[in-house]
Amino acid sequence: MSGRSEGEGMPAAAAAGAVSGQPTTEELRAEAMEWGRKPRGLGTWYVTEHMLRAMRAYGWTIVVGALGQPILYLLGLAVGLAALIGAPIQDGAQTVPYLVFVAPALLMTAAISVATEEFSFPVMAGFKWRRFFYGFSASPLSPGQIAGGVVMGAAARMVVVVVAYYALIWIFGAVPHPETGWLTIPIGVLAGLSFGIPYMAYAASITEDKGQFALVQRFIFMPMFLFSGTFYPLATLPLWLQWIGWVSPLWHASELGRIVTYGKPADPFAVMVHVVFLLVLAVGGYLVARRLFQRRLGE
Amino acid sequence: MISASNLAKAYKVKGKPDFVAVDGLSFDVAPGESFGLLGPNGAGKSTTMKMIGAVSTRSGGDLSILGLDPDRYGPEIRSRLGVVPQQDNLDGELNARENLYIYGRYFGLSGKVCNQKADELLAFAQLDDKAKSKVDALSGGMKRRLTIARGLINDPRILLLDEPTTGLDPQARHVLWDRLFRLKERGTTLVLTTHYMDEAEQLCDRLIVVDKGRIMAEGTPASLIREHSSREVLEVRFGSDRNQQVAPQLEGIGDRVEVLPDRILVYAHNGEAALEAVTHRGLTPLTSLVRRSSLEDVFLRLTGRSLIE
Repeated sequence: MSGRSEGEGMPAAAAAGAVSGQPTTEELRAEAMEWGRKPRGLGTWYVTEHMLRAMRAYGWTIVVGALGQPILYLLGLAVGLAALIGAPIQDGAQTVPYLVFVAPALLMTAAISVATEEFSFPVMAGFKWRRFFYGFSASPLSPGQIAGGVVMGAAARMVVVVVAYYALIWIFGAVPHPETGWLTIPIGVLAGLSFGIPYMAYAASITEDKGQFALVQRFIFMPMFLFSGTFYPLATLPLWLQWIGWVSPLWHASELGRIVTYGKPADPFAVMVHVVFLLVLAVGGYLVARRLFQRRLGE
Repeated sequence: MISASNLAKAYKVKGKPDFVAVDGLSFDVAPGESFGLLGPNGAGKSTTMKMIGAVSTRSGGDLSILGLDPDRYGPEIRSRLGVVPQQDNLDGELNARENLYIYGRYFGLSGKVCNQKADELLAFAQLDDKAKSKVDALSGGMKRRLTIARGLINDPRILLLDEPTTGLDPQARHVLWDRLFRLKERGTTLVLTTHYMDEAEQLCDRLIVVDKGRIMAEGTPASLIREHSSREVLEVRFGSDRNQQVAPQLEGIGDRVEVLPDRILVYAHNGEAALEAVTHRGLTPLTSLVRRSSLEDVFLRLTGRSLIE
């Protein structure tokens, strides 16, 4: 039967053309339009639901990691190192205890390390190892919704990690201003996404696993962790190393974290630059990732 | 249901002319019909299926599925299709039942409906006892059945099956064919690709033979055989090095003689009579076999090549 050649006014039976008891083209079309409505609107959330279900398989790792990692860092690095250093830290014009200085940056690092896990291997698995993204794309979901759902799933895990981290640094007495300090939670998620979404775009472009993720870990994540003013103010570094901080989402997020946890004096323009920098990475990353998802799933 | 005219797909290749995978296919599929695309690997079958599945966009021609243009109404069309891809793409992190449940959610079905459908389809796929098993623990045949079950979660109008039984053992194939027959009986439109002629003969009401992105022939399995081959085929072997040499001496026996590296095919209305004629000429084949013509012979006739290479 031809979907194009029949006229609107044709009798239904003639339009169906073939087997009795089968619907007409008009009925089929109307049915498809009706069925397509919900997935068009809510598809991203369906993918999010799937990602969260899949995370349950390693749910314990997430919970133990979310609580264990901050405790280890706070006890070992901050408390131990702080005891050794003794003196407070001079951050710009302000003097703060070392633990207070380092805590927001550790929280941001935790969000970004979730990003390095959730946007690397799971994306590779979706396209190549298990190919479940192709399964998604055979359903009404669009490539953009699939990319969006992966982002939302990872963001949900970041919320868990960041909330746990925030509660612990608060217990450790590293949040002098809890009235604004809680803002580290959304900032932390934004930090994770600003690093993670561009990383997802990169992962979506990989067709052959040659250890690229390990290289990112060693040569992007580690230097970023070390040179983003995480353990000491960025200004301490010579100028030829400071640029690493300027282009690092971790530094921009940590600066915002310091403003809200201990009231580091904030120049409104600098605040805007930090926020815009993080948003541009996240949104720009999504646009690139969506294109790559479209191309790869539509091959 | 499906109407394609001059459907084409070309891929850009760096530094070379575009690679044309599908080169002007025209066909229509009627409701309730079981329609097959038969052809060797690389014929453009999977590419055609992806275009019908509204995931890959065409580069030329017209395509209408359920009365809608896939370029514009991809999600709407896909919401009424069931797709069984060539390579399984189940989520190995989830168990069999969860795979069905979550797939139903993609179509906007409520949790309650998904649960109900999941149980129903596990029974249909004869996987009730594997509901809680991780997908990775299932055999190849079970995974295929689960993939088919998943494709049915939305009660699709059209089920697309790309090489549904490739890589399965004979028993698993028959179980699968049985399930597909049942769907056919229920009136589901089936579109499938295969390079197995027995599968095409078993499952397809009508098929197109595709090679290098073009349609070589179209019809029912029986009519294709009638048109393009003889009733019977005599296969004789004289040893790999001698086949070529003996072939000229078989001229005139049957309608046509085809020399393959390992055997000679003699197309004839009566195979036994043809064999008699061969021995009458003083030739003694090492082995001989008379069988009915199959789609494999049709394909060989049309393309000069074997289906499975």
